[in-house]
Amino acid sequence: MSVSAAAANYLGEGSGPRAWLLTTDHKRVAWLYLVSLTAFFFLGGAFAVLIRIELATPAGDLVSDDVYNRLFSLHGIIMVWFFLVPSIPATLGNFLLPLMIGARDLAFPRLNLASWYVFIFGSFFALFSVVAGGVDTGWTFYTPLSTLYANGFVSSAALGVFIVGFSTIMTGINFIVTVHTLRAPGLTWFRLPIFVWTMYATALVMVLATPVLAASLILIVLERVFGIGIFNPRLGGDPLLFQHLFWFYSHPAVYIMILPGMGVVSEVLPCFSRRPLFGYKAVALSSMAIAVFGFLVWGHHMFVSGQSAYAGVVFSFLSFCVAIPSAIKVFNWSLTLRKGEISFETSMLYALFFLALFTFGGLAGLFLAALAIDEHVHDTYFVVAHFHYIMVGGMVTAYMAGLHFWWPKLTGRMYSETWGRIAATVTFLGFNLTFFPQYVLGFLGMPRRYHTYPPEFQFWHVLSSGGAVVLAIGYLLPLFYLTWSLFRGARAPDNPWQATGLEWQTSSPPPPHNFETMPVVTRPAYAYDMKGLEHERFSPHLEAGQ
Amino acid sequence: MSFGIPFFPQQASSAAGSVDALFYTLLAFAIALGLSLTFLVVGYAVKYRVGSPAGRTGERARSLPLELTWTIASLVIAFIFFGWGAVLFVRRDHPPPNAIEIAGLGKQWMWEFRHPGGQREINELHVPVGRAVVVSLASQDVIHSFFVPAFRVKQDAVPGRTTHVWFIATEPGRYHLFCAQYCGTQHSEMGGWVTAMAPEQYASWLESQGEGETLAASGEKLFQALGCSGCHGNSSKVRAPSLAGIFGRPVALANQQTVIADERYLRDSILVPNKEIAAGYEPVMPSFDGLVDEGELQMLLAYLKSLSPREPAKNEAVR
Amino acid sequence: MSGQTQSIAFDKASREKAADILAMWVFIGSEAMLFGAIFLVFLIAHMNYGAAFAAASKHLSLRLGTLNTAILITSSFTMALAHMYSADGRWRAAIWSLAATSLLGLGFLAVKAVEYSKEFSDGLAPVLGAPFSYTGPDPVHAEFFFGLYFAMTFLHALHLIAGILAIAGVLALWSHANPAGRARRIQAVGLYWHFVDIVWVFLFPILYLINRG
Repeated sequence: MSVSAAAANYLGEGSGPRAWLLTTDHKRVAWLYLVSLTAFFFLGGAFAVLIRIELATPAGDLVSDDVYNRLFSLHGIIMVWFFLVPSIPATLGNFLLPLMIGARDLAFPRLNLASWYVFIFGSFFALFSVVAGGVDTGWTFYTPLSTLYANGFVSSAALGVFIVGFSTIMTGINFIVTVHTLRAPGLTWFRLPIFVWTMYATALVMVLATPVLAASLILIVLERVFGIGIFNPRLGGDPLLFQHLFWFYSHPAVYIMILPGMGVVSEVLPCFSRRPLFGYKAVALSSMAIAVFGFLVWGHHMFVSGQSAYAGVVFSFLSFCVAIPSAIKVFNWSLTLRKGEISFETSMLYALFFLALFTFGGLAGLFLAALAIDEHVHDTYFVVAHFHYIMVGGMVTAYMAGLHFWWPKLTGRMYSETWGRIAATVTFLGFNLTFFPQYVLGFLGMPRRYHTYPPEFQFWHVLSSGGAVVLAIGYLLPLFYLTWSLFRGARAPDNPWQATGLEWQTSSPPPPHNFETMPVVTRPAYAYDMKGLEHERFSPHLEAGQ
Repeated sequence: MSFGIPFFPQQASSAAGSVDALFYTLLAFAIALGLSLTFLVVGYAVKYRVGSPAGRTGERARSLPLELTWTIASLVIAFIFFGWGAVLFVRRDHPPPNAIEIAGLGKQWMWEFRHPGGQREINELHVPVGRAVVVSLASQDVIHSFFVPAFRVKQDAVPGRTTHVWFIATEPGRYHLFCAQYCGTQHSEMGGWVTAMAPEQYASWLESQGEGETLAASGEKLFQALGCSGCHGNSSKVRAPSLAGIFGRPVALANQQTVIADERYLRDSILVPNKEIAAGYEPVMPSFDGLVDEGELQMLLAYLKSLSPREPAKNEAVR
Repeated sequence: MSGQTQSIAFDKASREKAADILAMWVFIGSEAMLFGAIFLVFLIAHMNYGAAFAAASKHLSLRLGTLNTAILITSSFTMALAHMYSADGRWRAAIWSLAATSLLGLGFLAVKAVEYSKEFSDGLAPVLGAPFSYTGPDPVHAEFFFGLYFAMTFLHALHLIAGILAIAGVLALWSHANPAGRARRIQAVGLYWHFVDIVWVFLFPILYLINRG
């Protein structure tokens, strides 16, 4: 296929702001999200860097306590709701889901564009909170601190998160319906790439959990503005009720954040091993199992909150149960490498680093699920390290893997492999240097969200702050070489990695409606061990005749 | 040997050893699993790199027994660690009898403790070694969390309810006390020290603090001052239930239910008297919500408890 | 692509219709979680303060509540008619049924407004800083009840307004849509409308009828 005909691809379809801001092409909407999410990622990251600089010394000498509290609150709110939750689904998912199932677009292209506008609208409220003076509740908005005592701009931040929730639900509905109704002929459920499975599981969680968050945020705003006392013990309410509602959403939200990462890695590992994914069905079904179990474990955030110890026992049991499907996935990914022909392109490096960091984070999860240990490390840096290993080490690393893997498809350009490998390695080293010391700190008893701390913890904090600088470089590098590649990168071939997915069977970048002729699928996913698949997998439309 | 760099938290309570045993066992397991996965992945990555001479012939068969083995093995190991953790954790609901009960009150941004003898401390807590101590926790404003790393204990103090945490200090010394639940501006300043001392020293420390008035005695004064005794006293004209021996006793309610008069019931009866009316009485008691603060509530509860013989203490700690 | 479908993603109108209906069901599932969470809050509070809630509930107007229940059930009926007529291609009758449905919805809102203003003038609305004066037992938890009452009924009313706007949207786009598109939209809006009615069918007994007998 030709790689030079600019008009034949989606990027050539008009270039003014109108052509982008009023587009309903899922590939362009993905770009709108990619640009906005990148901005939020670096904004949240800037807050993180300030936090780490402050924590280099035990005394609170860089910023005041109020400023520090606002920094970590905004870091959490922005990173969780304005980056991690939408990250892979809204960018890569938006771009790839129709391509991977052989569709011309998502089922509701206008709803898709609307979801971006809602996202931007919601983010204005959050940014207003930042500019107006910040929020000091932490990203968890615990009552009664958030309702009666906090003096930041809580309502507007909560409203921003609430509105962004609508955009999440819109994306979720769109994905579910698309996967059900728009699969290409021959593309049965068990021929779907794992990335599509995880997008489907993520979408289910988005649709069913986000409204509960919405309900709790509505109640917070009602309580702050109208004085309805649902979480106020003085008015007969119960502050723990908020925690139940909040974690009923926010624990599944963790799976919204990690499942798409698992999907990306399940695409990248087989490709650069030239082998089918080991245990395809187990990986597909364990994604669904994680999505379902994720709704049953919220109480493990509340072991020492005053809920009964026996409730704690039940939630601990369920939390150990959710570890099983994750463990199965790790084994399957590892065995995918066996008897492969492994090469180490940038996205493969990121995927392998994901595997390591996700495993380290997941193993730490076992400590937190074990009740007696959780009593000690709950609300300490151990928890901070655990979820950064999963969310940043896992999810953001997978996001980088996916971005590099599909970059040629997104842009039609190749980036520098050398710089890519350097950035991946720097990120991996910087990440471990930043967050591994936090496990030690947590075990030593360093509580989280502390502006100042006892001097004996300083050694580990200094390591962590040093690591943060390395990590920041690791994340800034791609910003430069990827942007550079947009203008100067070599033209990408249609299938630079010789991968099997349908998205590689169309041109790079794809034409406006994705496929010149609609594909018919005759093979399972990841048919890397089948000969001559490039020509057979993508069959001309004629075959669909019967 | 470690150049002043801490690697392990101090162990200074009866629970510390058993929690650490679980921690280190789990750590050993995690390291073993982590290392074997690392070796596996790195091994494959090297052995099967592009162009390596390793043989790739033969099916990479899906082996059902293998997959079943790791699934079941993961399950069994997970349940062992679950059970171990749960058994240690459930102990927190069962403090030994005859524990010293200290009232702890969290407020933005300090901890206030009151000993049974009425000695009051701010951001300092003195406890004897070798004797069980129950800290009953309340909060004046937002959620706080009582955390002593060296004791491996943590419990949130939640406004509107009383929670408990207990420990037996084993080593004399000074240990960090932290607030672990983010509670606003000076969250990181909210804390201080727990001092564990030999029983004799503890006794002389108590003495040096002055006898003062016991918590129950302050509670009794308050009981008079607020006019509670006007109705609940013996010579009252208004019919109100007598409170002698009330704590830990079952109370028949007007709605035919029966509740145990625990801390939750007594607290609600003071703040929300119409919620659970004792059978045979009119709902005439006014609410004292807003008239007593959390500290005073703790005094009143101590007084009401002192009206009962000592042994229901076991019962009470279960909540 | 072909003139029969709205979204370029679909080849066949029947497939697009199936997608619309599925999307509406997924959305309703999502909405059910929203109301479910708030119902749960209410039920927990009711478990704790049943007596106060029952007493407070007696201050609501059972007459107006029953009237509103009747109005909404009738509107569901007219909505079902609209769906039936559109399936038969009787477009004029379908338009009239839709109009009737949205008028009944407006009627519900009018009655609700009367009810709200009565509660405000009686001092039973602890919202927006309005004074709360309540003479029954346990005013603290009665206030809690009224807080929940306003939160829940207002949220429901917002959904009803959305439903009326959706019907207005279908009517406004009437001449732009082909028959398949119209039937598709009527069915989707109808599903949503029935859902909003069902929410009210749950709200009515727990708010107005608790411990009344």
